[in-house]
Amino acid sequence: MWFRKDKTPREPRDPKTSASLGEGLFRKCEACRETLYAKEVERNRQVCPKCGFHFRLSADERVRLLLDDDSAVHLFGDVRPGDPLKFKDSKRYRDRLREYEGKAGRPDAVVAAEGTIEGMPVVLAVLDYAFMGGSMGSVVGEVLTRSAERAVTRKSPLVIVTASGGARMQEGILSLMQMAKVSAALARLGEARLPFVCILTDPTTGGVTASFAMQGDVTLAEPKALIGFAGPRVIEQTIRQTLPEGFQRSEFLLEHGFVDAVVPRPQLKQTLATVLRLLAP
Amino acid sequence: MAAETQFEQPIQRLRTRLDELRGYPDSPAKRREVQKLEQKLGRLSREIYGNLSPWQKTLVARHPARPFTLDYVRLLLRDFVELHGDRAFSDDPAIVAGFGFLGERPVAVIGHQKGRDTKEKIRRNFGMPRPEGYRKALRVLKLAEKFGRPVLTFIDTPGAYPGLDSEERGVSEAIARNLYEMARLRTPIVATVTGEGGSGGALGIGVADAVLMLEHSVYSVISPEGCAAILWKDQARAREAAEAMRITAADCKALGVIDVVIPEPAGGAHADPVAAIDAVGKAIGAALARLDALPVDALLAARYEKFRAMGIWEGASAGR
Repeated sequence: MWFRKDKTPREPRDPKTSASLGEGLFRKCEACRETLYAKEVERNRQVCPKCGFHFRLSADERVRLLLDDDSAVHLFGDVRPGDPLKFKDSKRYRDRLREYEGKAGRPDAVVAAEGTIEGMPVVLAVLDYAFMGGSMGSVVGEVLTRSAERAVTRKSPLVIVTASGGARMQEGILSLMQMAKVSAALARLGEARLPFVCILTDPTTGGVTASFAMQGDVTLAEPKALIGFAGPRVIEQTIRQTLPEGFQRSEFLLEHGFVDAVVPRPQLKQTLATVLRLLAP
Repeated sequence: MAAETQFEQPIQRLRTRLDELRGYPDSPAKRREVQKLEQKLGRLSREIYGNLSPWQKTLVARHPARPFTLDYVRLLLRDFVELHGDRAFSDDPAIVAGFGFLGERPVAVIGHQKGRDTKEKIRRNFGMPRPEGYRKALRVLKLAEKFGRPVLTFIDTPGAYPGLDSEERGVSEAIARNLYEMARLRTPIVATVTGEGGSGGALGIGVADAVLMLEHSVYSVISPEGCAAILWKDQARAREAAEAMRITAADCKALGVIDVVIPEPAGGAHADPVAAIDAVGKAIGAALARLDALPVDALLAARYEKFRAMGIWEGASAGR
């Protein structure tokens, strides 16, 4: 035979991993499937230059995006998770935390910093979805509470950026109570007449949505972010029908009156700065 | 229900035998036998109910004969006037709210309400409130503040309703606003977990100066079934999830989340609802008396510190 197969056939590409195959030089957009220059995506604040899809931002990138260059001073990094329930599912909670800390380089799912936004001093706290789905346990609750208290003592506005699956099951009822704890601290911030701006990013659900994510004086959202109380799968099981297109997305919340504006990432910092100037003391 | 509460079967069998026996003509022998069986029933109830597992407590907390909010209202309050509606969209029967007299004292009451028969269960949406329920609750909280009445809340819900309409009308915003407003409401609040304390739907009326919990009720961040479905991809492992999450009244007390565990009658609140309601009434009265001693600013400061202290973490500044 003049033709002989001398190479083993190539494995079929998994669409999930293929986006990262060219990691480094190229990237594939999760929405329009276009192949993009990674550098160009990065320059464009992790937004697809072709279709405007917003890739998820790491907490550190978010801090760099919002705070003025070199103004960030990190806060409360010494607050570390415990294991109050000695929780174990397929893995021990302690081991899981250690793994995430190794990957993320931080002890839990939140970053807090003090800095300036267009010269205005603010306290900023950002949830890190890459760390256990940005879930809120005792550490996230404590750091957000301290951030609000810090804003009160510094008489500065507070900005929180959410990205979270909700309360962290592995800390049980203590996670639920963080909703009340953070809310109480935000109520004090409100009584001090200091603005609290909340920025909702993909995804924001569960106990985070049902507490501080919905308590902002002004609430901004990134385009097409999933924002809801129950997850879409739970709702589909409840009502036994598939959900309409765009349900629980930022634009849906805007239409129903639960966010003030949907702001594309390239305009986010400027919009935030304007809002703060309009409200801050 | 029979399959769900198998651990109760020995008690049920004994009760049935007792009832049969009581139907016989009176004789000294019968009286001796009845007395013997009654003692045995008491022993057995105490033994079984003294050793319930977290999952068994979950089933007891969901028992359809367990007292619901309106049962407490009927027995503890006089001249109760129920208030309806959130003044924005509709009335939610899954939360009841109103004012009544506790002894000589006018109080506000807010509680989840489940139904006993099928029709009522559906009308009450199995105790799962929509946003309107939380907004009605907020309206009554504000009225209580305005007129200086203490607030009693009764918590018994599987969770806020996870439906399309509920999301559309902002159930998260409704709960979030209640957490915010309850944290600074200038009147005493006493919350009692009477059955299922299901997640954010429970906490939405649960921020209080004193949080009480019936002995066999449960309070958790997610239902054992939900936790099992997520962590083990298997709802059937709810029993393990119930153990792992530490959802019992004793656990919540140990974790510093609640203040008082109210003991239930032998055999659970559903075996003797009147005694259970009475015990809850006494515990609420005692809590109110403690809170009455505080001026309102001190009350609010203490409420802040109470929730401020919740959570367990490590680090140089642990415990602040």
